[in-house]
Amino acid sequence: MSRLTGAQIIIRLLERQGVRILSGIPGGANLPMYDALSQSTVIRHVLARHEQGAGFIAQGMSRVSGVPEVCFATSGPGATNVLTAIADAKLDSIPLICITGQVPQALIGTDAFQEVDTYGLSVPITKHNFLVRSAAELLTIIPEAFSIAASGRPGPVLIDVPKDVQNQAIEVDAWPEPGARLADEAADHETVAAAAAMIAAAKRPILYVGGGTIQSGSGELIRAMSEDNDIPVTMTLMGLGAIATEHERSLGMLGMHAARYTNALLEESDLLIAAGVRFDDRATGRVAAFCPNANIIHVDIDPSELHKIKRAHIGVVGDVRVFMEALSKHMRSQKRPAWLARVSELKSSMPLAMPGSGDARQPYGLMRAVARVAGDDAIVTTDVGQHQMWAAQAYPINRPRRWLTSGGLGTMGFGLPAAIGAALADPAATVVCITGDGSFQMNIQELATLAEENLNVKIVLMNNNSLGLVHQQQDLFYGNRVFAADYQYKVDFLKIAAGFGVRGYDLGVAKDPDAMLRHAFSETGPCLIHAPIDASEKVFPMVPPGAANKDMIGGEIHEAAKR
Amino acid sequence: MKPPNAKPSGIVRAVIQLTVHNHPGVMSHVCGLFARRAFNLDGIACLPVGDGSRSRVWLAIEDDRRVDQMVKQLQKLRDVIEVRLHKAEHAVFMKLEDFFKAHPENRPQPVGAVVEGSGAV
Repeated sequence: MSRLTGAQIIIRLLERQGVRILSGIPGGANLPMYDALSQSTVIRHVLARHEQGAGFIAQGMSRVSGVPEVCFATSGPGATNVLTAIADAKLDSIPLICITGQVPQALIGTDAFQEVDTYGLSVPITKHNFLVRSAAELLTIIPEAFSIAASGRPGPVLIDVPKDVQNQAIEVDAWPEPGARLADEAADHETVAAAAAMIAAAKRPILYVGGGTIQSGSGELIRAMSEDNDIPVTMTLMGLGAIATEHERSLGMLGMHAARYTNALLEESDLLIAAGVRFDDRATGRVAAFCPNANIIHVDIDPSELHKIKRAHIGVVGDVRVFMEALSKHMRSQKRPAWLARVSELKSSMPLAMPGSGDARQPYGLMRAVARVAGDDAIVTTDVGQHQMWAAQAYPINRPRRWLTSGGLGTMGFGLPAAIGAALADPAATVVCITGDGSFQMNIQELATLAEENLNVKIVLMNNNSLGLVHQQQDLFYGNRVFAADYQYKVDFLKIAAGFGVRGYDLGVAKDPDAMLRHAFSETGPCLIHAPIDASEKVFPMVPPGAANKDMIGGEIHEAAKR
Repeated sequence: MKPPNAKPSGIVRAVIQLTVHNHPGVMSHVCGLFARRAFNLDGIACLPVGDGSRSRVWLAIEDDRRVDQMVKQLQKLRDVIEVRLHKAEHAVFMKLEDFFKAHPENRPQPVGAVVEGSGAV
């Protein structure tokens, strides 16, 4: 039995949860927690430069490790700064624990210094949130928070702890069990049998897999089902890595920036096996026209996702892995030569046009060149914009949890801190952060964190001195009236990097860009690779917003051949 | 003329009944689900149950195709223990409506009018 403060209890409970690294920024209202953290011999603190950075560092760790990771922020602006990273975790179902300091309970509601209603602000962007009212409550809330974050459909949990609760000393007789993911329910036998029969009857089935397959670790099952039954696989942005993009059954990403053949095959499909996906508008295009001829089997762990956008013919609430394991026992190997022939035919007649793919000075070529030097096992993070879509189209992602991107919320500024988190979670890995100049400037301060931690993060900065995807849409859909999307001042990012203590390489002046990339990647530690990109470059093909997936513009192969 | 979204008075189309943990944040979780989907709550009633650790909440809503999704979302809330869907004629709002109509101050007021507190609500 020992007498401990709320702050000490928090740190001890985090240690017991297995937390070894956490990121955050101290401030007035979380100083007791930081004081307790300073005494921990097992948890290493990574000091971010902005609370949003701290949140994304924790997210980067979590996206690689698959378990809840932790960030700290103080009250008021600390809490509001971290909200974007929490909302991002909610949209992408990332287990995250954010512990914020709050003003003492006696001051709550008085507009005290650095007081904001963190609990109220975080209601719609968390899976669950807590306002802790006594030190004793921490003993149940902290393990429960970890269990909530990791169970079912994962998500972020915020715990707001007033300063007086952090300082309150209580006797602790016994420690609670660490919070863990609750067991998944077994798949319903009849539903599995019905799904197996529907698949057996299908002539042109497609597996449409998303983040749920990554979360559940069912990539191998997906690959096996695809190979054994001749079912091609398309992945959402969040699902990339479920099977290798270069696998012969892979159709790559679907939707707005898919290859033309991918969307065309979905149009012809008679059965969609949708696993761990939510029929997001970027994937489906105009919903009424999405897979018009297909039956749908939809499996998702979140009951509210079934029938939300598209009514499924067979809806299964459950873990993708559990379902796929059960399903594989019901299915015999089935060959579909006609369908595979059609897949090959469309793959060759409507391929993804990647102009300049042999030239590291052009977007597609840069993706291929970076992939060659980074190696097969590199972790890739992206920011949000054209570079993200070029990477999704052209960077071969061959494993789950190696592709970290802000899918749902689409948060510019995600890439760099997420890369830091990824490198903390897997220090042996090469981490590539593919970013654009617009996104990079949204969390550029984390270069200081990166330099301080000396992590093996290679930042590939695609610089078109503009907000490329906005520029593209204004070009295409707003009569070429480019407004507020092109920067007037050219930032010298290499000097910026040098100022932060990060080595820089400029592909713009390189005689041999491939050799420069090889050199940059051969050294360990952080570096910035500056890649000038023409602002008129576009991500093609593209489904115009609101259009059906079959109505793609650009990226025809004859057009590519002309270049 | 009535604004286009005005509903005929006295018509409640469905009632969602919730059993929830009784603590200060729970209403904010429940109401937020509706507010952020621009789904109006026509009536809310709430009272503690038993020892006060739980409350029961009744929500009067328009019964449309979104109700299924709302029920699923409510079931996901950590503090919601049980969700039940009732038809419009659930007693809670019928009785509340009788009580409501019996008080003359509940007649429509001109904008800005100040009603003397009666302590009844």
